[in-house]
Amino acid sequence: MSDPSVIHDIGYQRYAGPRLGRGAVFGALYVHGLRAAFGLGRSAKAKIFPWLAVGIVSLVAVIIAAVRSQIGVLPLDYQQFADTLSWLIIFFVAIVAPELVSRDLRAGVLPLYFSRPLRAFDYVAAKVAALVTAAWLLLAGPQFIIFLGGAFTTKTGFRGVLDELGDLLPGWGYSLIWAVLFAAIALLVASLTGKRAFAAGGIVAVFLMTTPVVGVLAFLDTNNSQELAGLASPMTLVSGVGSWLLPGPGTGIDVGRFGPVYLIELVTVVATCLLLLLTRYRKVASL
Amino acid sequence: MSLIATESLTKTYGGKVTALADLTVDVEPGVIGLVGANGAGKSTLLKILLGLLAPTAGTVSVLGIDPTRDTDAVRARVGYMPEHDSLPPDVSAAEFVTHLGRMSGLPRTAARERASEALRHVGLYEERYRQIGGYSTGMKQRVKLAQALVHDPDLLLLDEPTNGLDPAGRDAMLALVHRIGTEFGISVVVCSHLLGEVERICDQLIAIDGGRLLRADRISSMTTASDVLAVEVSEGTDALAAHLAGLGLEASRDGRLLLVPLADDAAYDRILRAVAELDLPLHRLEQRRHRVAELFATAPALEAADV
Repeated sequence: MSDPSVIHDIGYQRYAGPRLGRGAVFGALYVHGLRAAFGLGRSAKAKIFPWLAVGIVSLVAVIIAAVRSQIGVLPLDYQQFADTLSWLIIFFVAIVAPELVSRDLRAGVLPLYFSRPLRAFDYVAAKVAALVTAAWLLLAGPQFIIFLGGAFTTKTGFRGVLDELGDLLPGWGYSLIWAVLFAAIALLVASLTGKRAFAAGGIVAVFLMTTPVVGVLAFLDTNNSQELAGLASPMTLVSGVGSWLLPGPGTGIDVGRFGPVYLIELVTVVATCLLLLLTRYRKVASL
Repeated sequence: MSLIATESLTKTYGGKVTALADLTVDVEPGVIGLVGANGAGKSTLLKILLGLLAPTAGTVSVLGIDPTRDTDAVRARVGYMPEHDSLPPDVSAAEFVTHLGRMSGLPRTAARERASEALRHVGLYEERYRQIGGYSTGMKQRVKLAQALVHDPDLLLLDEPTNGLDPAGRDAMLALVHRIGTEFGISVVVCSHLLGEVERICDQLIAIDGGRLLRADRISSMTTASDVLAVEVSEGTDALAAHLAGLGLEASRDGRLLLVPLADDAAYDRILRAVAELDLPLHRLEQRRHRVAELFATAPALEAADV
């Protein structure tokens, strides 16, 4: 006979339920990172910047869609949209990348991760995937808004929707290039320091300090140096790849016949950043 | 089955610094104290047990599994509490422990339930939705312990769990560790440089110094027949000592105290009778267990640390 109002200490219960493998752990860390990128599950302060960025890009997209529906001319196509808003992506990754990795470094949480069945590779891959997704969503979401605007106002029926989709998909691919390159560079810089402010400053510096170099090179007289100038900065690098792979009216910069060079550099930079990031965490994980 | 077994385990860094040298131990499940001065190789041993470091030579097995080869299998069954601060300040304890439960492979709802349970067991149930940044040092240590417990391990590795705690906090933490080892059915390895505090809660002890094994044994076998009777008399201490020596009881002086080894039950009566015969004013009579520290006479480093 026990009194129902009494709380009984039932003692320690062993856990007999399922234990998931590395794949599920990776998934959980990825979702955790993606939510953290937008400040979900964090304090209100952490939500301000990501959602401000989301608000700005959405507003721009809505304006573009509205202008097109009224005057029938697209002020910015999908690629130009990504190019134009790239400065916002810089600030987004500069705020979010430290949130994803510097925070763990500063608090010393990593020993807790790496004493579990989770490898340095899983940790790095989940963080990169989360930031790439977040940065991509920031561009792809508004691009989708523009697409919806176009699809609903098209005058050629279903064919018009398909044409519009044919423009949207390369645009999404182009946004993915932006997201991958920026995420790789930003995470590498952020993984070097536990101080979020330093990390953010370092990331912005990497992107903005290289831009004047492009300007200087572009002023040189020879045709080649003008066409190769874009290699010096991550932003013009993506533009260059974009204008080679997706030639269109007024996109990106003039790369002449050096398109493949741009693509090779892009792949090399991304691969190098990811390898350095992995090496860094291999070292951290063994401590 | 032995809990932890090592065979000539050796770890050198860069061929120069020797962290562990030829360490062979075999311990059974229970509460195990791992003691040694700072830099004796305790943390290195823990990292090898977790598969974070590969040994330079020798073999090691944890719960019958080789952590160098089957790392994931070992880590899934082991909980680790690091020595240093390792908590983010801007999340709640419930959220953080849940997240780490998921990192150990628990499904979402199970992780949440187990996190609440673990925090309840360490005594943070009421405070679990507060941000960790506002916790006291003692509460932070408890959160670290809770995250090690969340996935229901078979073995807990605790690196200096009483670090930075005040005496009351130390006692509470040690009592909690003891409870986990005895009531929860989870084996615990407690790392400490304070022999005096681990000997109270452990049933086995591994003492290392400079990477070498000093002694590994059950505490009961270390302290058998080592009880002493502390006698304090207001005057005539020397006379009493001489009298006891005449009775065949070698007493040693410790300040104003006389420490007399208690070989058998009769010795107690003989000491009492000696005091009565000399008609000395008896101040104190106290039976005490030999501190394990006194068994490590060969380890000056240990005794120096045990303050």
